[in-house]
Amino acid sequence: MNDSPTNPGHDHNAEHDAPILTAHRAGLIGCRGCGRVWPAAEETCHRCGAGLVPPDRRSLNGVWAWLIAGFIFYIPANLFPMLRTSTFGGLAGNSESTIFGGVLELLHYGNWFVAAVVFTASIIVPIGKFISIAWLALVAGRPATVHDAHRRLVLYEVVEFIGRWSMIDVFVVAILSALVQLGFVASIHPGPAAVAFALSVAFTMLSAQSFDPRLIWRGLPLRSRKDQDHL
Amino acid sequence: MQIEGTYDLTSGRGLIACPRCDALHVEHDLHAGETARCVRCNAVLASPRAGAFTRIIALSFTTIVLMLAAVFFPFLRISRSGFGNETSLFDVALAFSHGPLIPLTVGLLGAIVGLPVLRACLLVYTLLPLSRGRPPRAHAVGAFRLSETLRPWSMAEIFVIGTTLALVKVGGLATISFGPAFWAFCALILVNAASNVFTSATTIWDAIEDGGAHTDGRELLRERPE
Repeated sequence: MNDSPTNPGHDHNAEHDAPILTAHRAGLIGCRGCGRVWPAAEETCHRCGAGLVPPDRRSLNGVWAWLIAGFIFYIPANLFPMLRTSTFGGLAGNSESTIFGGVLELLHYGNWFVAAVVFTASIIVPIGKFISIAWLALVAGRPATVHDAHRRLVLYEVVEFIGRWSMIDVFVVAILSALVQLGFVASIHPGPAAVAFALSVAFTMLSAQSFDPRLIWRGLPLRSRKDQDHL
Repeated sequence: MQIEGTYDLTSGRGLIACPRCDALHVEHDLHAGETARCVRCNAVLASPRAGAFTRIIALSFTTIVLMLAAVFFPFLRISRSGFGNETSLFDVALAFSHGPLIPLTVGLLGAIVGLPVLRACLLVYTLLPLSRGRPPRAHAVGAFRLSETLRPWSMAEIFVIGTTLALVKVGGLATISFGPAFWAFCALILVNAASNVFTSATTIWDAIEDGGAHTDGRELLRERPE
């Protein structure tokens, strides 16, 4: 038993390339909620009550399902109007703007900063997230080097962190519609795209949450050294 | 109770698996202020802080009080050409309350107001007995798990940034002034951030377990020779 489990308190400088014993390799199962380790046959964690899921590719079905749902809702989110504005009781014109139309409008008025934030939060981030999650799910469990695994983990953490921030455009629409109710002068109402966009963001968040980051490390050649025992 | 630093590779006693990469670690009791990180992926495994439970409880009560202020005081005021409108948080959420947009209203209100308050209540419920050295309440395990699950869905800070963006957007169109609720909300973000610093899920799970929650099934596991 030469690859004894590593120690959180004292091994900060342990070389990261060395094979590391995982709970799965040891025939155990780790709880993703609280970290407690149980024999592989257990199905729920007796400490925190969370379900115990082995790190295998079956869990990717959920990731794909939520991701596709998120993508489907992203389409109407871009086609339908996000905001309906009417100025002077409709006399000065009613306008409807989609996400992209809104960005162009902001640019037209020279509002570069808001245009950049809205463009990033509503177009670049969601599309980047679709691509990143799909890529992570495709390569999950495939052989990788330690370096690759670290890169994938960083990507996963970025996707997980940034996911909720896409909701910002929905909040902007909500605030504008509540605030700009000046009767005859100007009023703003939310369009159907706001709902579609909110759902799309929520589904992609669920997709990222169903991804099991332990899969990133599954493909590592843990048994590269002959002297490892077969725990 | 187990002996410090001993572990059992058949039952998993005394071991922690990193939730990010599954690497096994031997469990040690940390001193306040120390942080345990995974040796492989550097994820934080535990970071106990001195007096954390009492502070989280205090911050949770602060959250509830500030949220009451944030909901009922006026949030923003807009005026142009003699027409004025004052809006509170409820108005913001009710902006979507026309026909098919009602579910979105519920979702938004939940994400902005409901979830932060609910999480604060759950944390108080879980931690109040523990901070006084009493056994945890009957549903402490479920309450804390729910609180952790809801964490990413509580979006108060995103709402505040969204507000500032909206202000820049209509800034040229009309005059806008902040109400007390806006400042309550900004304070809420700071309180929330402070609460997150003191929250270490592993430490709280350990405390619930050591406090004698009946869910610990380790004693039931058959002892096998190592």
